[in-house]
Order: sequence, then C-alpha cells, then structure tokens
Amino acid sequence: MSADLHDTFVLRGGRIIDPASGRDEVGDLFIQDGRVAEQAGAGPRAAEIDCTGLVVSPGLIDIHVHFREPGQSAKETIATGARCAAAGGFTSVVCMPNTQPTVDTPSVVAWILEKAAREACVNVFTTGAITKGLAGEELAPIGSLRRAGVVAITDDGHCIQSAEVMRRALEYARMFDLVTMDHCQDYSLVGKGVMHEGRWSTVLGLPGWPAAGEEVIVQRNALLAELTGAPIHCQHLSAAGSVRILREARARGVPLTGEVCPHHLALTDESLQGFDTNFKMNPPLRSPEHVEALYEGIADGTITILSSDHAPHSPHEKEVEFDQAPFGILGLETEFALFHTLLVRQRAVLDLPRLLALLTVNPARLLGLPRGTLEVGAVADVTLIDPAREWEYDVARSPSLSRNSPFHGWKLTGRAVRTIVAGKTVWAADEDRG
Amino acid sequence: MVSPATTERPWTRKDFLGIRGLERWELERLLDTAAAFKEVGTREIKKVPALRGRTLVNFFVEPSTRTRTSFELAAHRLSADVINISATQSSLTKGETLKDTARNLEALLADIIVLRHPSAGASQFLAERLQASVINAGDGAHEHPTQALLDVFTIREKLGRVEGLHVVILGDILFSRVARSNLHLLLALGARVTLCGPSTLVPREFEVLGCTVTHDLDAVLPEADVINLLRVQHERQRKEYFPSLAEYTVLFGLTKQRAARLKPGCLVMHPGPINRGVEIDSEVADGLQSVILEQVTNGLAARMAVLYLCAGAQGVR
Repeated sequence: MSADLHDTFVLRGGRIIDPASGRDEVGDLFIQDGRVAEQAGAGPRAAEIDCTGLVVSPGLIDIHVHFREPGQSAKETIATGARCAAAGGFTSVVCMPNTQPTVDTPSVVAWILEKAAREACVNVFTTGAITKGLAGEELAPIGSLRRAGVVAITDDGHCIQSAEVMRRALEYARMFDLVTMDHCQDYSLVGKGVMHEGRWSTVLGLPGWPAAGEEVIVQRNALLAELTGAPIHCQHLSAAGSVRILREARARGVPLTGEVCPHHLALTDESLQGFDTNFKMNPPLRSPEHVEALYEGIADGTITILSSDHAPHSPHEKEVEFDQAPFGILGLETEFALFHTLLVRQRAVLDLPRLLALLTVNPARLLGLPRGTLEVGAVADVTLIDPAREWEYDVARSPSLSRNSPFHGWKLTGRAVRTIVAGKTVWAADEDRG
Repeated sequence: MVSPATTERPWTRKDFLGIRGLERWELERLLDTAAAFKEVGTREIKKVPALRGRTLVNFFVEPSTRTRTSFELAAHRLSADVINISATQSSLTKGETLKDTARNLEALLADIIVLRHPSAGASQFLAERLQASVINAGDGAHEHPTQALLDVFTIREKLGRVEGLHVVILGDILFSRVARSNLHLLLALGARVTLCGPSTLVPREFEVLGCTVTHDLDAVLPEADVINLLRVQHERQRKEYFPSLAEYTVLFGLTKQRAARLKPGCLVMHPGPINRGVEIDSEVADGLQSVILEQVTNGLAARMAVLYLCAGAQGVR
C-alpha cells in the first residue's frame, strides 16, 4: 500500500484526552492512513508533531451552525464557514436548514453535501427541515431527507407552534432514528421582542422577549418527548426555567437534551445599552440569574452539548436600527476559547476532559455521527489545544465573510493550535500570523 | 442674555440623545439656559443670532406636528436655517438605510439633525456615525428628552422647585418614551415619582429604577404635587393590554370627580395630543390646574437651550 506521508504521523508527547473512552494520559497518538492506529506504521520514519504541553483531543464537533449556502453566499459560504470551524478547532459541523431554498428536499441536501465534499476543509453535515419551508404546517419529506443524508431535523430559526404538528413530526421521525432539534420560541409570547424582557428592556424601551417565551416550548417538548418516546434536542437554551424543566425531565428518563452557546454565558442583557446590533441574537442575551442557571445546568450535567449558533450576517445588514437588524453572531472561532475561559478557567464548573465531552462525544452520540473519539480505527479527526495560550480575537482577520462578533478584542485563554481532519492538517495557529 | 460666565464648566456634548447618563449639572444647565431663552421670548424682538449660518434638519421618520414645529420655531429664533424632511419624502421609502440618508444630509452640510424615529436607539446610532449634532426628538419607546426637559422646566417654574415633589405619571408607561425621560430627569433632580396605570402597561420592572409603581389611582391622587397624564395610544395598543377605552377611563381617567380630590396646587400636565374624555375630562384639561398649553410654550425655550448648547459645543466647523 502506498502510505500518504501527510496522513501518517505521530502526535508525540501530548496529553491525550478522549472522553469517549475515558482516556486521559500523556502519550503518543499514531495516525496511519487518516485513521487512529495502535502503533507507528511500518516504513522509514513517520513524521512527528511535537505535542509537548498540548492537549490532543478528538476533533471538536459543533451541531449548530449556519453556513448560509445555498442562497445567502454574501454572508458565508460552506467553504468560508468551514475555515472558521477549522480555525476554532472544529473538525465537524452540522448546518441548519434555513437556507434559501430551505433544506426541505433531497436535492438541496445533495447539493450541500456535494459542495461540502468539494470545498469544505472540515466535515460538513446537514440537518433537514421538519416542515416544508420551515412554515410549521406540513411535514417535509423526512424519510427522503434521511436517505439523502441529513443527520437530524429541525426548523431552526423558526419553531413549530402547533403541538399537533410537532407531535406527528416526532412520531414520524422515529421511524428513521432521527433526532428532532428545536429552536424553542413561542411566537405569541415573544411577539416583536428583540431583547430579554427585564430591567434593561424597561430602560431601553426595546420590545421584550420574555424567558417564558422559551420555557413554554421547552416544557411542551418535555411533554411531547415523553408522550412519543422520540428524542428532542432543545437548541441554544438561554433561560433558567428551561434548565429546570430539562433537569426534571431528564431525571425521569424523558429523551430530552439541551445545548448552550458561549454568548449566553459570556454576556448579559446589560450589553445592549449601546444598541450595538452585534449583541442582538435569538434567543436574546439574558439577565444574570438566567446566566447563572446555565452555568449550573452545565455543571450538574443537565446540559450535555455546547454549540456556537454561528450565524453570519453582512455588515450592511447589521448596521441598521436595532429592532430592524437580523439576529445572530459569528461563533466558531471564539467558541472553544470562550467555553474554556469561562467554564474551566474562570468558574471551574468543568475540568477540561468534561468540557471536551460536551464538544466531542456527546454531540456525536446524539446524532450518530461516526466521529468524536480517538479510539483505534477511528477517523483521525484531531484537535491540538494549547490550554494555556493567551490570545486576542481580531474579527478583522476572520475567514468568515461576515464580521458580526461581539467578541472582537476579547482576551481569551486556550486555543486550538492545529486542526486535523482525517489525518490532514487543515489549519494551524501559526498560519494565521501575517 | 445667555452669555455663560467664565467660571461655568464648558458644555462638551455635541449630541442630545437622552436624559439617562447626563450629569446633574448638565441637567441644571439645560433648565437654566431654557429659563434665559424663555425671557428672550417675552421681548419684542424674539430672535437671537446664536446659530446664524447653521443648518438644522428636522428629520422625522415618524409623524409629529407639535415637536417638529417646536424645533423649527426654536431653530428660527436662534437664526438657524431649517429644512424639514418626513419619512414619506425621504429616500427611506426607496430602501435607503437610515445611515445613508443621514450621511447625505450631512454631505449637504447640515450642522444639526433632529431625529424622530420609531426605533429605540436610532438617534444614538446616527450620533456615532455623524459629525453633525444629533438631537433625539423621540426614539421608539426609549427617550424623548426634550419633552422631559420642558415638563420639568414647567414644574420648576410653577412650583419653584423639583426636589422633594411627588410626581405621578399616569397611563401607558410601557410604550412611552416620555415617561422614561421624565422618570430619569425627575429622579436625577430629587423628585419622588409614582408610575400609575394598568398592570399590563406599568410593569413592576420600573421599580428598579427608583420609582414606585401602583395601579390604584385613587389612593395616590391626593398626595400628588404634579400629575402628568400620558396619551393612551390607540395606534400602538393591542386589545390584550386592556379591555376597552371605556374601562380605562373608569379606572384611570382623570375625571372631574377625581380632579376634585387633587391638592389645590397640584399641576395637571399632558404632553399632548390629548384624548378628551379618555385619559382626561375636558373640564380638567381646560381647568385652572392644567398647564398643558404652558408646556407647549416652554417647549420652545427648552429646545432652544438644547440646540444652543449642543450646536455651540461644536464651534464653527
């Protein structure tokens, strides 16, 4: 066999953390032909990468990103989004279906997967819509979407308001072992809300988006997951009540999971004082008691998955009056560093192996992705992390086509320094210097 | 008249975006300057040359007659040139962004842009992007700072002080920029403020700002030194906030019977336009305690003060 020198090598002397197998030790990781190997391959001399002082982690996985193709390639493309992922240490991402057209036909799924195979430097998976056009009324062809390769279904960006439609979708999706992911938002409660309803919306006179607008749907989902036995994953949770409901449901064995994004931990609604639209996201930044509840939910294992909700928007779309700007921010490049800085360094609610579980094996298992481990034989998706690295995020140098980050200029601790996909280095920290 | 004494602190703000965040001396300077301009209004020649050669654009993306006219007259009295632009005349209807429209106005060498806009934060958005002075003439439900200035100016003029007074603001607080600006200004100057109205329109969250919230008008009426009524805004109201205007009037209307329970010296205020028979009875609106029309007159002096200080802070460009 002809060994490709580029995907056969040794990661020497790093701290190997593989939450899937419970492995946490300093050692060497052998990569052969793009897979994790038991020992160094035969042959002259495999290339070596010195990993002293670094953490060798399974490639990070983010199951909530918006890469905007097809239809909105001025904001982001599959290629540029993938480069953001690589720069943030992510080797696999799962795209949301709110593209134009929406991902509600097998042909759109095929288009995305083919484009990703050609142009993306990381693994790009896609979800399909639950309902046609994300309209919340008629079921999308979920079976055909599954055959075309979607890894989950969601109407993200929208939320099915009819409990009946949601119930039938759950029952139907069970046939295909598909997880239903939900953006939890009750439209009647949220109305035109653009920020958390509370003290700061009172001061600023901006329409409020109450926490209950999310919690009502999380509670509905808990009841429907119990009724149908079908799993529901609640996306980007922001409210204390959501965490409480999730905790209670999980304790009774209801197949309900939840995820949290970095901005909902790092920022509060007070940040909106300047009316800066880079702080406008959906669900909105909330008040400190909600943020605390998210930390508690992560600490006690109620929240099992972390994600970015990477949502690029062009500068001209964001540079408008606050209530008219689109929701969402960039996230992939700062995601790991924010979680690490906040959860491991500052608050110490997680140690590094547990943090990595929420970013690798947990999302992989939820959606059945054949990734997220460093066990022998696994595809060699590996992220090398320097947990001590201090760095400052400069959005001007982002590979994204957009610039909508509230974290520009933030000093963070911990960074992916090399991102390896199937044995190939797709990004290394030194590349982005100069 | 308003030649500032050399010992005064210099005014450095080019923009007037809201009451919140201003220091007490700035608020008092605005009120004192308004008083000086009010005196000018009593002279035979009411015009001063302070802003001669400056151009003011009244940029009203939301309809208004009273505020726009007041700014226009204020600018004329300061000898500025005035252009009025409304939303329907502007290129906003052609899809131009607020930023581009305003930059075009600035390219025409406008020195002052007075903005009325339905979005909270719109005037701050412009101020951060333009060299010109930006004056907030109402942004969504956020602030309407010149209205607060003229309201408090009227209170100070009529009652001789603001500190220690009990001011009741009554009506639709949630959607009101007038209520927010008044609240900030009254609290900053040491007044006691009670917000009153239906619980849907006067949420408890306001109490963290340092005021009291009540839904019992009759209990609070006899204690008030000032009662400031807000328009119940049909155009923004949806039926879930309160059942009917009739029920609103029963619970919160300043009827003749209720007005009889006010302290003799209590001022009755309203920023207009009033809904006679809804939030206020005609007899009360036109009664002896009403200062509604004096508010309008004082609006001129208050706006002259704002234009004078902010445009003056820039020097000649």
